[in-house]
Amino acid sequence: MDTVSRKGELRLMLIFSAAVLLMPVWLSPFGAAYPDLLQKFAIFGIFAVGFNILFGLTGYLSFGHAVFLGVGSYAAVWSFKLFTMNVIPAVIFGVIFSGIFAALIGFVSLRRSGIYFSILTLAFAQMSYNLAYSVLTPITNGETGLQLRLHDLRMIDALFIEAGEGLPLTNLFGIKMSGYPGFYFCAVLLIIGFYLALRVKNSPFGLALKAIKSNQTRMGYTGFNSRPYMLSAFMISGMYAGLAGALLAVTDPLAGAERMQWTASGEVVLMTILGGAGTLIGPLLGAGLIKYFENIFSSYDDSLLHQAFSYLPDAMNDVVVGMISPFVGDGWHLTLGALFMVIIIFLPGGIVGGITHLWQRLVKKNQEPTEMEGKQQ
Amino acid sequence: MDAIFLQILNGLDKGGAYALIALGLTLVFGTLGVVNFAHGAVFMLGAFCAVTTQHLLTFSKKVKDEGITFFDAYKEVPYLEIWWGETGSFIIDYKVPFSILLAVPVMLLIGLAMERGLIRFFYNRPHADQILVTFGLAIVIQEIVKSIYGANPIPVPAPEIVSGSANIGILLGLGDSVVYPWWRLIYLANALVVIAAVFSFLKFTTYGMVVRAGMQDRETVGLLGINIQHRFTVVFGLASIVVGIAGAMYTPILSPDYHMGMDFLVLSFVVVVVGGMGSLEGAVLAGFMLGVLQSFAAMNEVKAVFPGIDQIIVYLVAVIILLTRPRGLMGRKGVMED
Repeated sequence: MDTVSRKGELRLMLIFSAAVLLMPVWLSPFGAAYPDLLQKFAIFGIFAVGFNILFGLTGYLSFGHAVFLGVGSYAAVWSFKLFTMNVIPAVIFGVIFSGIFAALIGFVSLRRSGIYFSILTLAFAQMSYNLAYSVLTPITNGETGLQLRLHDLRMIDALFIEAGEGLPLTNLFGIKMSGYPGFYFCAVLLIIGFYLALRVKNSPFGLALKAIKSNQTRMGYTGFNSRPYMLSAFMISGMYAGLAGALLAVTDPLAGAERMQWTASGEVVLMTILGGAGTLIGPLLGAGLIKYFENIFSSYDDSLLHQAFSYLPDAMNDVVVGMISPFVGDGWHLTLGALFMVIIIFLPGGIVGGITHLWQRLVKKNQEPTEMEGKQQ
Repeated sequence: MDAIFLQILNGLDKGGAYALIALGLTLVFGTLGVVNFAHGAVFMLGAFCAVTTQHLLTFSKKVKDEGITFFDAYKEVPYLEIWWGETGSFIIDYKVPFSILLAVPVMLLIGLAMERGLIRFFYNRPHADQILVTFGLAIVIQEIVKSIYGANPIPVPAPEIVSGSANIGILLGLGDSVVYPWWRLIYLANALVVIAAVFSFLKFTTYGMVVRAGMQDRETVGLLGINIQHRFTVVFGLASIVVGIAGAMYTPILSPDYHMGMDFLVLSFVVVVVGGMGSLEGAVLAGFMLGVLQSFAAMNEVKAVFPGIDQIIVYLVAVIILLTRPRGLMGRKGVMED
């Protein structure tokens, strides 16, 4: 049995890797094949995949996950400032520090479940956000955000490289981490992260998490201590968020407290739910869709709309543009909110859940008569 | 001493707003069992009722300015002043109190529409789904308001006569150094009146008694032949009115913008949880308590000892209470247990 599922995993991973690495090709018809957006796809994909390990598998809804994103970013930028512009240490620091934070916050928050857990994580997130803005200004640089300076220490770089003119760029042993190289760096990490999430889901550990989701009390009665499992899941998903935060800093080396605000935490919840919580590919899909809409919809304005509908007669054109314009440009959040409500109301399983449901119905239709006969007998 | 007195007043004032929002939230949760993340947005809608009243009352006409004779100058004069002169400007001055007249029916309608149109489909769905769909609704409401009124805060001043500060020190015999803005005092009084009204509605009317009975045991009340669902829907409308009034009256203190609700929502959820989910008294108590704690934490003397405490005190208290008293301060047994 194991060999079969391993084969299936291998096939899935091959298809997935190909799809991710070829994104610049197959996304170009959608107008989304530019490095900035592709990087965002990969980064928020990692974030959502990690969030799904917690929410999708265990059902614990954290409303403060953006804290780990912020911590990852800060850790990465500090690594750039203090040690080297190489991205490897930055990513490692981001993951480690967010892991520590997740251990602390998780240790306290996981004492409660349900909505109390959500509120506790939210409370910690707001505390971190408020402190980052006020007292922790020496570390976070407050409202301005943490940025690179010309006279930063960069201890390791200083040993090997002459300081050049202007701000140094983030690099991977000399390869500049902007544009496509940056995307491929994020994409490789996304593939690794996806593989780990797949392994987590199919492991005994993942099974235990799913059991916690279905009935935690019963797990307790059977003598199963769920606490360490929950804490590990929380830490793993926090580290994914930290990785995503570090990558945000890698592609654009600055970090601000607004990354930790609770609306940012809400965004990753939206991504996961939109795609389908608990499924592997769903959160990625959700992250991609939201970032795509964010970039595409928000770039439209009235004049572009008038152009797009220029084939209509003038009067019609005005009416159509008037109807659509509140939903694009600055108003794309309206589209997002409405879309999100529709998904929750009609497709509780998200897009992937909806497709699976549809598929099962189509397949079942052929078998339905026999089933009915069986019931009558 | 004076400083402490002022901070208590400050805290009660802030606490009044928290308590009103949390009261509405708890009413909805205690009756319908729905966690309503759109409540903050409803608060914001209440505030925008005041903005709308201001717009409506100051609907103006361009009139030639007779004071300037060198060239043709025009000024905007509200129709109300043209029609009714002094009385008109009096009404315009008192727009915030008058806005309650608009807020009550509008908020009732919005509440009923929300409950019938969306919330009722979510009674039996998991709490996570309720949170998420109302969160989506909150985003939609915010964006609609933003597209109508723009993204900038819109100032709505209080009536001229109460725009200054009250010298309450002299009234209470504490010396002249204790002054406090009139409108904040009015807000506190208003909060107390609304809270008292809600509680007496629930305690002293038959309707309220049935609602309370339904909160205890919905099924039995239903078996007695009472349409409890209908009453709970009305309670949802009532909760919207309460939070709407809280929003409308808050406008002179904080110029409303489209995302003011989100800021209050997080805080008021913390208040509800600290007070105990489903406990009305707990929500009010926790609202005032957190308000007072927050304003004490903002004192310079306290900040010197614990830097940054003013930013986190509310959340810190919430964490401690949740860990030591799992049901919150006054939560009942069996409500939202793990």
